[in-house]
Amino acid sequence: MQMNGAQMVCEAIIAEGVKTVFGYPGGAIMHVYDEIYKQNGFEHILNRHEQAAVHAADGYARATGEVGVAMVTSGPGFTNAVTGLATAYMDSIPMVVISGQVPLSLIGTDGFQEIDAVGISRPCTKHNFLVRSLEELPRVLKEAFYIARSGRPGPVLVDVPKDITVEIGKFKYPDTVSIPSYKPTYKGNKRQIEKAVEAIKRAKKPLLYLGGGVVLSNAYELVRKLAEKTQIPAVETLMARGVMGAKNPLLLGMLGMHGNYASNMAMSETDLVISLGARFDDRVTGKLSEFAKYADVIHVDIDAANIGKLVEVDYPIVGDVKRVLEEMIPLLEGVETDRYRAWREILKRYNELHPQSYIDSDEVIKPQWAIERIGELIGEDAIITSDVGQHQMWAAQHYPFDRPRQWINSGGLGTMGFGFPAAIGAKRAFPEKTVVNVTGDGSILMNMQELVTAAEYKIPVINMILNNHFLGMVRQWQTFFYEKRYSETDLTFQPNWKALAEACGGIGYDVTTKVEFDAAVKDAMEQNKVCFMNVAVNRFEDVLPMVPSGGALFNMMLPPKSETDGEEK
Amino acid sequence: MAKTMNERRVISVVVMNESSVLARVTALFAGRGYNIESLTVAPIPNSEMSHITIETKGNARVMEQITKQLHKLIPVYKVIEHEEMVEKEMVLVKFPIAENLSDIASLAAAYNGGIVNVGREMVIAQVADEPKRIKHFIEAAQRYNPCETVRSGVVAIER
Repeated sequence: MQMNGAQMVCEAIIAEGVKTVFGYPGGAIMHVYDEIYKQNGFEHILNRHEQAAVHAADGYARATGEVGVAMVTSGPGFTNAVTGLATAYMDSIPMVVISGQVPLSLIGTDGFQEIDAVGISRPCTKHNFLVRSLEELPRVLKEAFYIARSGRPGPVLVDVPKDITVEIGKFKYPDTVSIPSYKPTYKGNKRQIEKAVEAIKRAKKPLLYLGGGVVLSNAYELVRKLAEKTQIPAVETLMARGVMGAKNPLLLGMLGMHGNYASNMAMSETDLVISLGARFDDRVTGKLSEFAKYADVIHVDIDAANIGKLVEVDYPIVGDVKRVLEEMIPLLEGVETDRYRAWREILKRYNELHPQSYIDSDEVIKPQWAIERIGELIGEDAIITSDVGQHQMWAAQHYPFDRPRQWINSGGLGTMGFGFPAAIGAKRAFPEKTVVNVTGDGSILMNMQELVTAAEYKIPVINMILNNHFLGMVRQWQTFFYEKRYSETDLTFQPNWKALAEACGGIGYDVTTKVEFDAAVKDAMEQNKVCFMNVAVNRFEDVLPMVPSGGALFNMMLPPKSETDGEEK
Repeated sequence: MAKTMNERRVISVVVMNESSVLARVTALFAGRGYNIESLTVAPIPNSEMSHITIETKGNARVMEQITKQLHKLIPVYKVIEHEEMVEKEMVLVKFPIAENLSDIASLAAAYNGGIVNVGREMVIAQVADEPKRIKHFIEAAQRYNPCETVRSGVVAIER
């Protein structure tokens, strides 16, 4: 079929089954937008900033497991998208970003809105393409989607020069992809799996260490099955919250810098780490030489480069977590669950000794209370996104996550401003679910223009701003490590949140008491409108436990057992 | 890790011959803080692939990461961490014509090379040999006041 390059881009998006594209038009991508106007195979959401468009596509991808698609123009359109690409790259999120580029003849001439997009995005994409001819456009688009979703997923950029979008040629979208140099390994080595199983049977204190890879590979049911069958306790990374389900008795909690006591102690004392789709990030391991010091390590990861990168591995298994577990679980038939009973008892005692706790207050809303309360009010079906900082950690610690893909946050890159647009993407994917962005008074301002997007498209996202008038996490470090010199973290000067939301077509709530909190949540769920819920919380609350940066995991600063918050309130 | 020594290693990378593939490889080294001591690249005859030879330094863990990270690049077809190899390097050295030409010719001959060009003011000698011998040749050539020295970087093939 004869068509122009712009139509080919649209046809490819339709052929890939994409229903929603997030983007922002501009000069170099205008022909594609002209074709978007004419087609009805997918909807386009006009975010108010390219970064937000990419985060929205990212949130859509995280909520659904499908490839998210964003579209931007050349030059500044693309550079605004870079943070979005890097965010998705660090968390291995499948995404295709299509950017306009100046015409081929202008490339290299410093043309208007020209920037070397493939050069800039090389280290923050799984792969990228500069399309050099109309003939290769269909193949490149097909490969982009394939690369994004296969193997260890990741974002792929397709940079399309403007003249190629105008040119007319024959279009046939390829049915298959053949990239001889790219063959991801899904199936784990059988012998290695058998050895790992033997190690599990020999161990006395094994521990399941679950990472975001379990979510990406849709393997959570198998992980739960593995845990149940063997009665081996589990810890989750920030990216794996929801895998085990909050009510699962085998779940110890989140480990790492802000992990709970039992989880971090379990990792410090285990004799066999069973790592599934986790990558031993520094925020998880603390001081490497003390990390899981007494343990052998089984490491299942689809990315061979993750294995042995930071921690020496005894049983490396390169493969998809789901495929590996399908083979591993039957081999564990007849495993003696009593073998690990003493270990479970120890961990239970650790948890009783220092549970994940905080001191509630009647005078002021504690941020942890707000997280727990919203978990009670909006139910198990909700999706929670977050920005980056204290609120993110409180949400990860205290929200009762029940399933994977319920918790959407920027773990690897730590991108402030991610939560709101990601919530828009998630809500568009699941309009029937309540979507709450847990955010702070710092983060929310970094993409607050999305109020307009959410209002225009009637995407009722609840932004719960845990407002402590601080860049809280940095403030916490300043308290602990910089002798309370609060350099540039005091956010006492603030917008009128209610008025701001209303000015953009949303609703605002100012919440200072628990009663107001419940009322605001109830109203927000009924109103069906985007909102800012400005929740005044205890100003100097800290995220605890905390492993100081570079310290051993077992050296935690623990939460106070009684109200001893000595800070000025 | 048992091996913490920074060893010299030679890696061959077979890549799809497409635009910006060399940039992907070198950017990976730059971005992850690995060394490149020398680098050569040329298309493989009768194929759509190119052969990149990289001379680098690092301990065992770094070498493993370099190999794995290279493998992750989509257009990288094969990565060979050379163990038993034949490696060669070429050097061109330009001397003033006033120097003793027969001495230079003998020196180059001792390293399996020779004089490849003589102009009105300059003479150019060429040597192709193992990298270690190239280094020695360059040292020995210093007494003839070379005005320019160009090394090719290493090419290697597994035995």
